Amino acid sequence: MTGTTAATPPDLSVIRASYLAQVQRRRLYGGLTLLIFVMLMIAGFNIADDRNAGGFWAGLSQIGDYPADVLSEAWAKRADLPVLLWKFVPALIETINIAAVSTLLGAVAGLIFSLLATRGLAPWPRLIPVFRRILDILRAIPEIVIALVLIFVLGGGPVPAMIAIALHTAGALGKMFSEVAENADLKPVEGLSSTGASWAQCMWLGVLPQVAPNYVSYGLLRFEINIRASAILGFVGAGGLGYELRNAMSWGPGRFDEAAAIFVLLFSTIVLFDQVSSRYRNRLTEGQMT
Amino acid sequence: MSAADLSLLKSHADDSFTRKRLVAFGIPALILAYFVYIFFAFDIAGLAKRANWDNAITLASDSWSHKVHVTRANSTGEVSYAIEGERKGTYPNGTRPDWVSGTDVITVDLGGDHIVRFLPDQRTAVDVPGYGQITAQAEGRQITTNLGDNIPDWINASDRRVSITTPEGRITITGSKTEVFNYFAGWELFWFTFDSPYHGASLGQILFGAQIDVDRGNITGAVADWWKNPMWRHNEIAWAIGETILMAFLGTFGAAMLALPLAFMAARKFTPIMVIRAATRRLFDFLRGVDALIWTVVLARAFGPGPLTGALAILLTDTGTFGKTFSEALENVDDKQIDGVRSTGAKPLQRYRFGVIPQVAPVLLSQILYFLESNTRSATIIGAITGGGIGLMLTQAIQTQKDWEEVAYYITLIVIMVMLMDWFSGWLRSKLIGRKA
Repeated sequence: MTGTTAATPPDLSVIRASYLAQVQRRRLYGGLTLLIFVMLMIAGFNIADDRNAGGFWAGLSQIGDYPADVLSEAWAKRADLPVLLWKFVPALIETINIAAVSTLLGAVAGLIFSLLATRGLAPWPRLIPVFRRILDILRAIPEIVIALVLIFVLGGGPVPAMIAIALHTAGALGKMFSEVAENADLKPVEGLSSTGASWAQCMWLGVLPQVAPNYVSYGLLRFEINIRASAILGFVGAGGLGYELRNAMSWGPGRFDEAAAIFVLLFSTIVLFDQVSSRYRNRLTEGQMT
Repeated sequence: MSAADLSLLKSHADDSFTRKRLVAFGIPALILAYFVYIFFAFDIAGLAKRANWDNAITLASDSWSHKVHVTRANSTGEVSYAIEGERKGTYPNGTRPDWVSGTDVITVDLGGDHIVRFLPDQRTAVDVPGYGQITAQAEGRQITTNLGDNIPDWINASDRRVSITTPEGRITITGSKTEVFNYFAGWELFWFTFDSPYHGASLGQILFGAQIDVDRGNITGAVADWWKNPMWRHNEIAWAIGETILMAFLGTFGAAMLALPLAFMAARKFTPIMVIRAATRRLFDFLRGVDALIWTVVLARAFGPGPLTGALAILLTDTGTFGKTFSEALENVDDKQIDGVRSTGAKPLQRYRFGVIPQVAPVLLSQILYFLESNTRSATIIGAITGGGIGLMLTQAIQTQKDWEEVAYYITLIVIMVMLMDWFSGWLRSKLIGRKA
């Protein structure tokens, strides 16, 4: 076949025609995909709009009403704002504590699971699929499911939220940790095991120092996410700032100054931790590159 | 190297070892101290007192079993049979479970020789092996029993109400009615309720047997009856799951479409004007910082509860997140490709389309698809707050605190839903950008 093409120079117009046909086909497929996507978006929007209590277009004009109400009431009582902010600091600390403890607990559990579920490091290679499935399930259960069930058993308060977020964190971090650990160099582990080190010692001294920067970086990212999660779970009864927000909200006008104070606290906390952790994470990953 | 140098080196090494040792023990010690603080701040010690273990037992047993109520109304003497005590689970007139017998005296056989008899004149007799017979007489609102003073702890008796809990079932007697609960494993009436002609038919009968309902074919009829099962409401649950996925879909892709043009405005390479760049970045920070919770609360006021509100809350938060990561990806594009496209005489929009987008598409797509899965979980939570989707059904089922088998059903479906979305987004990613992203 190569012989014939080499002997007779290929007809340019044939190549051009087939190339154009190919381009046209690709454009057609691309256009069709785009069309299906756009139709899905429009249909989805219409369904969501239909099933919503208020319509989208009617609501669009009212979108500023609630923030305006809250802001004007907060502005009218602006002298009390510092007092209110101070009043909600304990709730804020509780929200942050829930996030911090669940991140720590989840990271420890995720660390252990990730090492058990990583090829080359696992002490029982046959059980790797089992640990992977456990991580998948932990990751798949939304925090609210565990939190609501635990609130029923343990009563309201920070502990159900802490357990719920920790379980999800273990699943999420376990998967990311295991992806990092897969790329770890096994030579230190071999060296350590040749000296008679146990599995735990091999992991602690041989693997962890390699992966620590990445692990800490993922842990910080999770901490950011968990602050948000802990605020949301508070809203369904698990204590902290979210709980206070729901109380202030259900009261309606008259307590909008409290709602405003909580908004301010929550917003500034999230932004603060986002900035701090992103700066620290950048430093960690840059330090690794050099 | 002289001896002085060597000792200096040694002291340096010693110092660094001491520092490392301090860190190695200091950080765990700090974490431990923090846990001790949390132990007291969260009042873990008081948890055992606050926890309601009866609730835990109810939850654990009800999630995989069901109970059949046998109720005698004392005013009329009528006996009714209902699964879970629900109207929709009531046995049709003239039928009753086969462990109930008798006409004047109704005998309920709970199994294991535990027998309850509804005697005339509002009397009830309960035979418990190893204890003997308990009789109770209801008169008006008053209950008199033969229990005496020495009551075992599985019986709870006052002159208004007697409740007996045995391993085989539970009996409560009040002035107005006598109720017997008999427990069975499994989810009751999961396929068909009593009013469906297919109730009690086996799979073989439905698939291959004679026509059961004259109006409908067996398979279509059975599927329709199962789908509209009034107790388990499979069709409504399917809708709710669809709503949750819809929220995630609309929110994620809507955010991506909004964030892409904004990301160009926030990237140094494409927007030389500092003010616009800074303003866009602050907008991203604001959208992210307000967080889905507050967005949900604010938007619910304008749009009312429903899936659209949830979708918009996800959309706004994720526009901030996507904007940030997209603009970072745009900062890192290679100029050579853009120059190449420019050399053919391409206009700015064409340069973006053919010079920039192909470079960043893999990063963007993998980010979007990852968020699609994660937003399915967020949509469940947001649904619980704003009132839409499977999240709302789950919260309601938990708040009624009795249909734990439904809660278990919902949780199973939610986990399957999230895992399917995880699998789907992974599959789509590998289709669109290849295995290694």
